[in-house]
Amino acid sequence: MEVIVILIFISLFIAGSFLVAFLWAVKSGQYKDTYTPSVRVLFDADDKRVDSSNKKMKK
Amino acid sequence: MNADSKIGNTLTCFHCGDECHDDSIKIDEKFFCCNGCKTVYEIFEQNNLCNYYNLENSPGISPNLNFGKRFDYLEDYLTIQKLLDYQDEKISNVTFNIPQMHCSSCIWLLENLYKLNKSIKNSRVDFLKKKLSIQFNHSEISLKQIVQLLASIGYEPQILLDTVDQKEEKHLNKKLFYKIGIAGFCFGNVMLLSFPEYLSIDITETYFRKLFGHLNLLLSLPVFFYSASGYFISALQGLKKKFINLDVPISLGILALFLRSAFEVLILSGPGYFDSLTGLVFFLLIGKFLQEKTYDTLSFDRNYKSYFPLAVTILIDGKEESIPVSNLKTGNRIIVRKNELIPADCVLFNGDGRIDYSFVTGESKPVGKVSGEMIYAGGRQLGGAIELEVIKEVSQSYLTQLWNHDSFSKISKSTFTNFSNAVSKYFTTAVLLIAAAAALYWFQSDSAKALNVFTAVLIVACPCALALSTPFTLGNAMRIFGKNKLYVKNSAVIEKIAKINSIVFDKTGTITQPGKSDLIYHGKILTPHQQKSIKSIVRNSTHPLSKKIFDSLEAEDFFPVTAYNEITGKGIEGVIYGNPIKIGSSEFIGLVNDHSKNNFLKTEIHISFNDEVLGNFIVSNSYREGIAETIKQIEKKYKLSLLSGDNPAEKENLQKYFTSESNLLFNQSPEDKLNYIKTLQSKNEIVMMIGDGLNDAGALNQSDIGISVTDDISNFTPASDAIADAGILNRLVDFLKYSRDSVNIIYINFGISFFYNVIGLSFAVQGLLSPLIAAVLMPLSSITVVSFATLATNFIAKRRNLAWK
Repeated sequence: MEVIVILIFISLFIAGSFLVAFLWAVKSGQYKDTYTPSVRVLFDADDKRVDSSNKKMKK
Repeated sequence: MNADSKIGNTLTCFHCGDECHDDSIKIDEKFFCCNGCKTVYEIFEQNNLCNYYNLENSPGISPNLNFGKRFDYLEDYLTIQKLLDYQDEKISNVTFNIPQMHCSSCIWLLENLYKLNKSIKNSRVDFLKKKLSIQFNHSEISLKQIVQLLASIGYEPQILLDTVDQKEEKHLNKKLFYKIGIAGFCFGNVMLLSFPEYLSIDITETYFRKLFGHLNLLLSLPVFFYSASGYFISALQGLKKKFINLDVPISLGILALFLRSAFEVLILSGPGYFDSLTGLVFFLLIGKFLQEKTYDTLSFDRNYKSYFPLAVTILIDGKEESIPVSNLKTGNRIIVRKNELIPADCVLFNGDGRIDYSFVTGESKPVGKVSGEMIYAGGRQLGGAIELEVIKEVSQSYLTQLWNHDSFSKISKSTFTNFSNAVSKYFTTAVLLIAAAAALYWFQSDSAKALNVFTAVLIVACPCALALSTPFTLGNAMRIFGKNKLYVKNSAVIEKIAKINSIVFDKTGTITQPGKSDLIYHGKILTPHQQKSIKSIVRNSTHPLSKKIFDSLEAEDFFPVTAYNEITGKGIEGVIYGNPIKIGSSEFIGLVNDHSKNNFLKTEIHISFNDEVLGNFIVSNSYREGIAETIKQIEKKYKLSLLSGDNPAEKENLQKYFTSESNLLFNQSPEDKLNYIKTLQSKNEIVMMIGDGLNDAGALNQSDIGISVTDDISNFTPASDAIADAGILNRLVDFLKYSRDSVNIIYINFGISFFYNVIGLSFAVQGLLSPLIAAVLMPLSSITVVSFATLATNFIAKRRNLAWK
């Protein structure tokens, strides 16, 4: 039965780390703007590839 | 323009998508409508930013490249300090409002500003709020240069008079998120640890019982001391003002729960009521979250400062200089360019004024002004640059002096108390009496049980369900209103709407539709020959009023017109078979203009034929669809008034809509409107004001409920309790009824929670309230109330034909 004690503390620790993650997300402003990141994620980071596709379009 | 170029394929600008007048401006097979667009394209091309055009088709905005010295005020040290969010030795942060951003290309470009200038370190867009925050190295680039860079690519930031005032953002919401997160975490874990108790598992080993109890106590500490702290503070503040709000019984309940549970765990090794405590706080906070939810992207408290520019160009000894608007003095010469705002009451000195007062009065038709005429602050110049002489300082101008009125300095504008706060006084007294009576009863037979019963009554009577019913009902009603394009500032507004008994309308722009109007001719009857002549002349003009006159006259063919001349803002003239014909403003055809009359808004087009004045066309406003029916229905229940800044020319027309009992008042100045509302309120009327322009701002602020009407909700609206899309005005009756329904739902919910309280109390007074009963009863009452609130509001919305999904 003593194993329950260990399990409870493990579960509390895991749940606690989720709580910390949530508090961090709020603190870093992730709930402030919930729209722009959804657009931003679709932009290509690699600008060189974008330029080459742009040149293809010109032809 | 050559009409032939339109036929076949229309050329559209590669940058902004507007129609190109010809194909002369082009770079590698790409056509542009103007040099501005071409310049922007070249800038992007050089900096590898052409991805801008891949994301959306023709996303650009045609820039205005003549800044001249317009941004010179951004060199002023104090202005810079006010605009910056943050500054250290190297880096500065600034946030701009950029209303032009409209698509994903805009986001991409504005977040890649560093490619245009290496001194810009980082830029982030908040699309819904149309905000751009920029980090830059201030030793390499100045604020002015950044604004010029943005303006040169078509994204000129909107720097208004209040941009410098409103720096602090609300952090309140963040705190609520923390509190909910912590309460939720603790609630979940406490429930888990309380499971043995729920299932009546006989824990023989007291070791576990103690461990679980102590862990629960530990977990409820942050809930009690942090998450629930807002209720204690609010209750204490209420008590200090000798006022019992709903937070008082809630705080009593939480306090009783915590102390009794702590006592049970620490002294008696019992289980305590920690699950009820944490659950209660968690649900209450969710209700609070719903109640505080508002429309982030809309602003409900704007005054003229959110509309007026921060700086203005003034002329000193023939040299242009840019100064803050607040430093403007009487006698200053100012230059107002196309699409700029007139910041103060002025006299036109030079140039042709075509002033758009749509945000002030609701009338969208530009007003023509000539040298020597008075121009009131708040209009937007649509024609070319004009030179003006300031005759009144900004804060003393006709429009802006409204904000010097007392009603704007009041902090809270009414003593409205919502239903739940109104009942809490009786509720708290009743609960305390019952608790004391029960304790006294038990004290005689079993003194140990007396305290037990006393706390049990306080616990079970905690008005959790009552506290939840208001936010859930009104929160959902607010969501439904939003779906139907009536955006209320907060949920309490709905409760207030249900109480009004008097409605005041503004005329222009509110019940009339700006831009749409009917034409009425007054004067001598026109002969067919004259009609044909007038029609032949107006045919040559592209002015919207000319088109309107053209459509209203009948003639199959046209006379040849010679010596045709169009003078912008004044009128048109021409000669037909030797007869000179003039069509235009009264001055234009040679009538004496009476300046003392308020002809600020009236649109009259005079006709002179062979130097004889025939008469005039009067443009009358047309009313919004369904408004007559709406007014008829409203009149059955509410006292109705109409305030108009216009002359009473429309009175006859309006009387068809309003019955004789309604008050129709004309020639009302912004201050008159405010005072009218005050008079109504002094007669114990609860007034709803529906208006649109800055001239209604005083009345909107003074009224119990101010609703500003707009054709585009992203436009500027004066401070109000709600913003309504103009298209829904004909549904006003439904909204009024629905508000009353919502309040009725709150009353019914009060009944439900009262019923649960009676059951709970019957256990409590007998000393039978076990943690299990509390743990079942409290969530059950909350869930019933919440689901009834949600279902009932949705059901009634459906019955009232309001969109609810």
